[in-house]
Amino acid sequence: MFSSPEAVFKRLLLALGLVASLGAAAQSTAFPGVGRPATAKEVARWDIDVRPDFKGLPAGSGSVAKGQEIWEARCAQCHGVFGESNEVFSPLVGGTTAQDVKTGRVANLAREDYPGRTTMMKVPTVSTLWDYINRAMPWNMPKSLSPDEVYAVTAFMLNLANVLPDDFVLSDKNIAEAQKRMPNRNGMSTHHAMWPGKEFGAVPKPDARNSLCMKDCAAEAKVASLLPDHARNAHGNLQEQNRPVGAQHGVDTSRPEGKAGTAAAAAKPEPTKPDAAKLDAAAGQKVALALLAKHSCTACHGVDKKIVGPGIQEIARKHPGKVDYLLGKIRQGGVGVWGPIPMPAQNLPEADAKVLAEWISRGAGK
Amino acid sequence: MSHEHQQPSGRVRKAPESFLDAVGVRSVWAEAKDGRRHFIRNAFAAAAAGLAAPVVSAQGNPVPAEGGDPNILNLPAHTTGLGQGVATEGYGKPSQFEVNVQRRQSPGLTQTTQASVSFAPLQSLFGIVTPSGLHFERHHQGWWDVDPSKHRLMINGLVKTPMVLTMDEVMRLPSVSRFHFIECGANTAVEWGNVAVPTVQYTHGMISCSEFTGVPLITLLQLAGVDLKKARFVLAEGADGSSMTRTIPMSLITSGEVLVAYGQNGEMLRPENGYPLRLVVPGVQGVSWVKYLRRIEVGDMPWAAKDEAIHYMDLMPDGTHRQYTNIQECKSVVTTPSGGQVLLDKGFYNITGLAWSGRGAIKRVDVSVDGGRNWRTARLQTPVLSKALTRFNIDWVWDGKPAIIQSRAQDDTGYVQPTYRQLRAVRGTRSIYHNNAIQSWLVQESGEVKNVQLS
Repeated sequence: MFSSPEAVFKRLLLALGLVASLGAAAQSTAFPGVGRPATAKEVARWDIDVRPDFKGLPAGSGSVAKGQEIWEARCAQCHGVFGESNEVFSPLVGGTTAQDVKTGRVANLAREDYPGRTTMMKVPTVSTLWDYINRAMPWNMPKSLSPDEVYAVTAFMLNLANVLPDDFVLSDKNIAEAQKRMPNRNGMSTHHAMWPGKEFGAVPKPDARNSLCMKDCAAEAKVASLLPDHARNAHGNLQEQNRPVGAQHGVDTSRPEGKAGTAAAAAKPEPTKPDAAKLDAAAGQKVALALLAKHSCTACHGVDKKIVGPGIQEIARKHPGKVDYLLGKIRQGGVGVWGPIPMPAQNLPEADAKVLAEWISRGAGK
Repeated sequence: MSHEHQQPSGRVRKAPESFLDAVGVRSVWAEAKDGRRHFIRNAFAAAAAGLAAPVVSAQGNPVPAEGGDPNILNLPAHTTGLGQGVATEGYGKPSQFEVNVQRRQSPGLTQTTQASVSFAPLQSLFGIVTPSGLHFERHHQGWWDVDPSKHRLMINGLVKTPMVLTMDEVMRLPSVSRFHFIECGANTAVEWGNVAVPTVQYTHGMISCSEFTGVPLITLLQLAGVDLKKARFVLAEGADGSSMTRTIPMSLITSGEVLVAYGQNGEMLRPENGYPLRLVVPGVQGVSWVKYLRRIEVGDMPWAAKDEAIHYMDLMPDGTHRQYTNIQECKSVVTTPSGGQVLLDKGFYNITGLAWSGRGAIKRVDVSVDGGRNWRTARLQTPVLSKALTRFNIDWVWDGKPAIIQSRAQDDTGYVQPTYRQLRAVRGTRSIYHNNAIQSWLVQESGEVKNVQLS
């Protein structure tokens, strides 16, 4: 039997995996020729979201114990061994109690004096943790964890927060049970005027509103809060953050506030003409900074300041001229030179590592 | 005040230039503020070494003794020489004298630059459009410059046919261009409890306004055969490392307001703002304007994404979080005079600022210079557009006494921007997001302007 041309075409599309819906594509719309059906394979690769009802959650499982291993290798650098965060990122764990697990309301959230809000205090839905760890973590290598690893890390985090016991194995089969123990699962409200539409029910009136009083209004006329004098220059010299011409100029905050004399006697900027050596150095600096960004070094190292690891220029001051030493540290990582947080081995091309090591050995732009 | 203000800007007489250095100028000005005018004369007299006494004028721009401003009398090089040729810069840059106008990080606000924010310099901007290079930035996992020839947009979920479009195809579709503001939900967040930062750049600089060009999202959903009977929510997802997701309100999609945008102020989006494709969700906080947009999914329930279930929720005094708070409510701020600036003189000023509402157009802005006791209605500058910044202006003659400048906006729903007292009475001081309270700037006798909050 001979097939009709349409049938041949359909078979061809099937072979290519373009099964989605030839019918719809052919019937197309007001915009013929624009767009094509997505293949099932394409949708599967990108459609990774997990909803609170666990639609989208892939099958798999991971234990608290396995999660601890992954945590210490991949997460603890930024989030702390116990989720307390190394003072860099917001703490993940803390502030929840066994009572909160029972009630589904985190009591500390109502306390004005409670010093912080951890992720576990706020998050109502376990799907949110799974989804975000899966799509965005670790920070400098997102989407590198397998589903089983994401289950394990999620289980470990919930164990740190005393939501799940030490021997728990979290899976797609029992994640709904974990949801029932989330400490702030009942802590959300959608009864407000700030969602445009009625999907969450009737929309109340905006909560805080003023009137249009024009004369002799009850004013809050006493100054109750202003920056202390010692913070005067905390945001840099404000004179340099304003245009040097105009009705108002910036205040010279590098000088103490006086009765006067703080006016913006701003000199016009002197355009500088860098010499050739400086231009070369600038070009080298640009290359090095690009490599730092490309290889995510800047996730942990600031150029001029400490983040998780030491600042690059701090390293440069400690190890001037030591190209080979620096090269080794970049490739193999290390621990103990700058503190207890380990730097994992880095997998970057030898040539790039060398450029960086040489740049750092020369002072990293300083 | 008079000729004592020795500004090198040309606004004020520079003479006797070369006789008073910068320090001298400052001391002269300082003494002048003390009212010791005799000192001024002495200083000038000494410096000018016996020249005729300058003509004292009531203006800040007096006629110098020489009979004219040297900036007028001595023709400068740009008047007497040949200038530069066309296309010296293939992509033009601001004047070298504008280097102070920069977006800036707030020191100590964040620990890393990739998950951070930079603030737009509102104190230096005119009109309603934010120059693209000064647009505020908010990145959750660093920014990228994505190759548009490799970028794809996928539409799936409750549609007849999941679709994939290239940038070529997105840009073939019928487009619209609209002005809209984008404001971070956390704009002014650091000021909930007390004054924390000095200038309008840091208090309000997480807002920008651009003309965006793109395709209404509803067009793309219809292209894929959306099932509008079942569709109740839409997910937007980015292509960057965080693959940021947000639940987008259906009502703004069916109204045609939500755009899949590639254009910004006449050119393509800047990489920091999502090149080559971002969502534009008018009136809604910036976190929903997903950058590097790669996927749209139509669904029937909200997603509780990380930025809907951990961040971008408003904590209320009773410990409840308001979830899915999207709308940026009506708000305004005076941009000049504003914190960290100094008025150079008594006399006339144009108080100017910005007003906006996530619910529609600005109807009216009132301005007070006495801390909210008495108000006058400001002039709204056209265009006045829905969910865009609106520029307001009002005349003011400063008498040299302390003044507290405020602005209060009303949108076309009738809602009036609240005071701090009114806002805190309902929401407390810990909700982080959606602080739209009236801002106060204290003008001191010295002319220096400070960020203050009133009780």
